[in-house]
Amino acid sequence: MKSKSRKNNATVYAVLFLLTALFISPVFIVLMNSFKGNFFISDEPFSLPVGEKFAGFDNFIKGFTQSDFLSAFVNSLLITVISVAGIVLLTSMAAWYIVRVGNRFTKLLYYLFTFSMIVPFQMVMYTVTYLAFELNLNSISGIVFIYLGFGSGLSVFMFSGFIKSIPTEIEEAAVIDGCDPIRTFFMIVFPILRPTAITVAILNAMWVWNDYLLPYLVLGSGEKRTLPVAVQMALTGGYGNKDMGALMAMLVLAIVPIIVFYLFCQKYIIKGVVAGAVKG
Amino acid sequence: MHKSLKKYFPVFILPVVAAFAIAFAVPFLVGIYLSFTHFRTVDSSEWVGLANYIRVFTQDETFLNSLWLTVKFTAVSIISVNVIAFSIALLLTKGLKGTDFFRTVFFMPNLIGGIVLGHIWSLIINGILGIFGVDITYNPSYGFWGLVVLMNWQMIGYMMIIYIAGLQNIPAHIHEAAAIDGASSSRELFGITIPMVMPSITICTFLTLTNSFKLFDQNLALNGKSADTSLLALDIYKTFYDHTGLRLAEWHGMGQAKAVIFFLLAAAIAFVQLRVTSRKEIKH
Repeated sequence: MKSKSRKNNATVYAVLFLLTALFISPVFIVLMNSFKGNFFISDEPFSLPVGEKFAGFDNFIKGFTQSDFLSAFVNSLLITVISVAGIVLLTSMAAWYIVRVGNRFTKLLYYLFTFSMIVPFQMVMYTVTYLAFELNLNSISGIVFIYLGFGSGLSVFMFSGFIKSIPTEIEEAAVIDGCDPIRTFFMIVFPILRPTAITVAILNAMWVWNDYLLPYLVLGSGEKRTLPVAVQMALTGGYGNKDMGALMAMLVLAIVPIIVFYLFCQKYIIKGVVAGAVKG
Repeated sequence: MHKSLKKYFPVFILPVVAAFAIAFAVPFLVGIYLSFTHFRTVDSSEWVGLANYIRVFTQDETFLNSLWLTVKFTAVSIISVNVIAFSIALLLTKGLKGTDFFRTVFFMPNLIGGIVLGHIWSLIINGILGIFGVDITYNPSYGFWGLVVLMNWQMIGYMMIIYIAGLQNIPAHIHEAAAIDGASSSRELFGITIPMVMPSITICTFLTLTNSFKLFDQNLALNGKSADTSLLALDIYKTFYDHTGLRLAEWHGMGQAKAVIFFLLAAAIAFVQLRVTSRKEIKH
């Protein structure tokens, strides 16, 4: 009996390690090719970077300079950080107002926010791009404002769900002690919302950081472009000649920050993504 | 307190409402209106009634093709992603050592953005096809199955996490009772495990459904160059932005009509999901 279960375990481990290899290999293949010379990437994508094929860090230097990778990275980082901070702060305030005031107007707002979650981006793609140019929102701070509008549906929905479960007594005590609503919110309510705030922050950060179409249409592929736009431009030959080596290096440079972030905040990310899935 | 809170409208809710109106509400309403017009830009629209909708179904060469492709892709993805994710979740809830490591690895692709994912798989798929002297545009079915493989690589880890949570919620004594009664392992799987994780299966089915149905970035990066492998979202994008010239206003009108149909289908899916999940909650 015992030896049978040991044999079973060995089979399970064999399957799991095989799957691990399958899951890691795509990233590994890109990493491998980023150290190879141009000619050996399209022709022999599965060969190791050894001997004459090895190109050292040439590709990374080219990938970094040709596409002005750093400016795209900084743009993406700025947009993501400011959008997420704004979304967390402003939608939690809005959700608290909606739940606590609870009149016909705020109920209508709540339904509108929830409704917006099911509308695909293509439905407003053309009109929102037009409006962004008309209102001069085609800038870093402008797109942050648009992300606040798009992100508000899911975020208000998640904050509201949590606020409904908080008893009002604590807030009422604060009012009796002379707190105005602003102080009540920041001193008492917001600290309680922390777990939901982390979830909302993670879901929005993953969305904004990886988003391609909105920044492409609104900010374009010039100096205001974000990281996904720079990658897409480079890989479709948007910067003139297609340099496969530089492209592989760009892919690696785009993946590494995400993996580092994931390894550090894994617990929160997995929890946040699952909570978002179950509620949304 | 509620009375005094009401006066704080400008502080608490105005910024979000303004952003929501500009980024969503106004573009949404104008979008519905424009689907009944021909327009070069938003301010030069000309009312044409239902003409765009009729053209989408009768004269457009790509819409019905990409609708059918989206349905096929969604169906295949739902089945393959969920069967594989559930199987892996079963392996990872046996209490083996190193479970956390495997979980971390399998979930990782989910965080990589669609554009980058698409280009990673473009390199691999074209690398394999290159051995036979062709590339992904050679045959539409290559593009289709490439997209299925990509979707599996991205979504399996995500669904696996939800299934693991569902499996860990089954009380241990139910499995013990089954073992004492001498139930075979397949009997236990179909008689106990699967019925007990039905809520997780519903969640994962709808998540895979909406994600596959709305897929855009991966499709653009992997199959952007071939016309026959555009799913609905990419077809709408191409209708808008791949045309120039005198008939641009008609293409724009048709693109917006396609977008409204796309929205209605997504809304129908969401409505069914709401009905299915709320019925489940009453039962429990």
